[in-house]
Amino acid sequence: MLTSRLSRVGFRIVNELSRGGYRCMSRTRFRQGHCGQCQRSPVELLSETRAFFQGAIFQKHHYFSTLGSNNTSGGGDEQKETISVTFVSKDGEEIPIRVPIGTSMLEAAHQNDIELEGACEGSLACSTCHVIVMDMEHYNKLEEPSDEENDMLDLAFGLTETSRLGCQIIARPELDGIRLAIPAATRNFAVDGYVAKPH
Amino acid sequence: MAIFGARRVLWRSFSTISSHPLRVCIVGSGPAGFYTAEKILKTHQGSQVDIIDRLPTPYGLVRSGVAPDHPETKNVINQFSRVAQNGRCSFLGNVALGYSISLVELRELYHVVVLAYGAESDRVVGIPGEDLKGVHSAREFVWWYNGHPYGRNLDPDLKNTDTAVILGQGNVALDVARILLRPTSELAITDIASHALTALEQSSIRKVYLVGRRGPVQAACTAKELREVLGIKDLYIHIKETDLKITPADEEEMKNSRIHRRIYELLSKAATAGPSQPSSGQRELHFVFFRQPDRFLESYDKKGYVSGMHLEKTTLKGIGSGKQIAIGTGQFENLSCGIVLKSIGYKSVPVDDLPFDNQKGVVPNVKGRILSDNSGDPTSIENGLYVCGWLKRGPTGIIATNLYCAEETVASLSEDLELGVLASTTRLPKLGRDGLLQILDNRNVRVVPFSAWERIDKEEKRLGSLRNKPREKLTSWEELLKVAGSE
Repeated sequence: MLTSRLSRVGFRIVNELSRGGYRCMSRTRFRQGHCGQCQRSPVELLSETRAFFQGAIFQKHHYFSTLGSNNTSGGGDEQKETISVTFVSKDGEEIPIRVPIGTSMLEAAHQNDIELEGACEGSLACSTCHVIVMDMEHYNKLEEPSDEENDMLDLAFGLTETSRLGCQIIARPELDGIRLAIPAATRNFAVDGYVAKPH
Repeated sequence: MAIFGARRVLWRSFSTISSHPLRVCIVGSGPAGFYTAEKILKTHQGSQVDIIDRLPTPYGLVRSGVAPDHPETKNVINQFSRVAQNGRCSFLGNVALGYSISLVELRELYHVVVLAYGAESDRVVGIPGEDLKGVHSAREFVWWYNGHPYGRNLDPDLKNTDTAVILGQGNVALDVARILLRPTSELAITDIASHALTALEQSSIRKVYLVGRRGPVQAACTAKELREVLGIKDLYIHIKETDLKITPADEEEMKNSRIHRRIYELLSKAATAGPSQPSSGQRELHFVFFRQPDRFLESYDKKGYVSGMHLEKTTLKGIGSGKQIAIGTGQFENLSCGIVLKSIGYKSVPVDDLPFDNQKGVVPNVKGRILSDNSGDPTSIENGLYVCGWLKRGPTGIIATNLYCAEETVASLSEDLELGVLASTTRLPKLGRDGLLQILDNRNVRVVPFSAWERIDKEEKRLGSLRNKPREKLTSWEELLKVAGSE
């Protein structure tokens, strides 16, 4: 029980470090951009994390209180459960991230600097956050799309049988391990001769 | 993967390797312009991008086309403002291509020019009576209720009649119908232009006919907009059940298109739900299918004014690849009305020194690279000149369509840079923004930079808050420039 609790703490640390700019930890690739430290190998960063982690065990309460502002839910347990989500970018690069329960995939993508457009900012007025759920099992666990979501999916480029809007997929424990592909729209756009292009 | 990654790094650092930063000018600040700017800034780290627009206000149709009661669709403005606020990007408003500055001059000042100025004119029906008073293009009507400076003097007469006819059944047609039929109390809390709200409050229009040449399976609108108009409170909807009959060709079309299938389902449901007669005083929306306009009818009492439409019944004929067109049957009928709004498509306006395909209404191009002439010869490319948006593809699509359009154009640009196609220009420094501002200053053009737009924005929001609206648009050039305070 202690191990699982500690591993949850570990995941939180990784999550927080990612947010603070040490994004290389949770990626399988390096990026330029805000991550100035990306020149360091993941192993170096990991050992640094271990040191931090070990320190954190003894300063458990202090650690939780400094990260306390992260919690939006009330209640005694301050840890936010997360699930594992893997985004697959247009170029085929895999980006595994942790997403807190209750967060939408669009928000999660933006928090992790993943290139998923969100023109209408999650208000069901566009289709730019279109993602493809890569396996049927997870797709079937999602609630049926509302009429409003279906109306927007009508307009999505490269629509598939397992397409959904990223802003409408909310992280739940059952969705742990879900893989979402960001459609390569240019391919569809260029050959598009059949899909109606409405105003 | 590694090679691809290396190429990407090469593109990104191209501008820093070359001694001269890439200077780009984008003409037009709508979605095409802004998505292009965003992509260029991201892909070419040293680049400087200037976006010019002939209006003092940015955002193109997001500001002047999207209906006032669709505020969420305008959220993309937040993303575009962030682009404009990028240190390497400048919005320069009140700068008109062909008036304040010529295309030749821009190509001299910048390494790359991208035309993204959209479509500011209309497809013409081309039938007798089109210039009767009371016949307006939907584009102008939309400009009017959205407070575009060129729309404020439209002054449509909404008091002489109880019936409006709209030619076309696309989303713009639905927008216009909805604005005419929605309770004005609902419109009063949107950013609709005040002069339009006043006119609508005094409007006597109670019946709107949406006329389409083909059937419900071919209707050009999309589900969200149709659902919305069908859901207007206390609105009587009329669709002839016989119009809903479908042929095998229709079924084939629906099989291949989710959009058309769902539209047909919505229209079928609406035809049978609800009462068969309107109650007294109830507003009415009629979907008229299989009718094409033959001529506009002139009023006997008021010479020069429209009094109705002479319509020809149509039937559908397949022309291959699953497409069906409308053919006249020689049977006619009249539809009386006091105002007609033509919503059959926008059209781009050509600019001097540029080839233009009049039939498609676009600048001839291959993947966004502008061609030197109309011949379609893909080898006659104008170096350094690109196009994006409606001017490239024709006036169809949604805001998001420009996202992919910009990706394609910028990919062409990046490829040209990498392959050295633009080397003859990129090896020279260009004056870019400084040069442009100097020329404009010499010509006494009052440039409106982004910070000045922000002053307009703030003032519009302030005025709006006094009337429980998100903003009160400033609709005259003088007011806009005054508040912009540009010197």
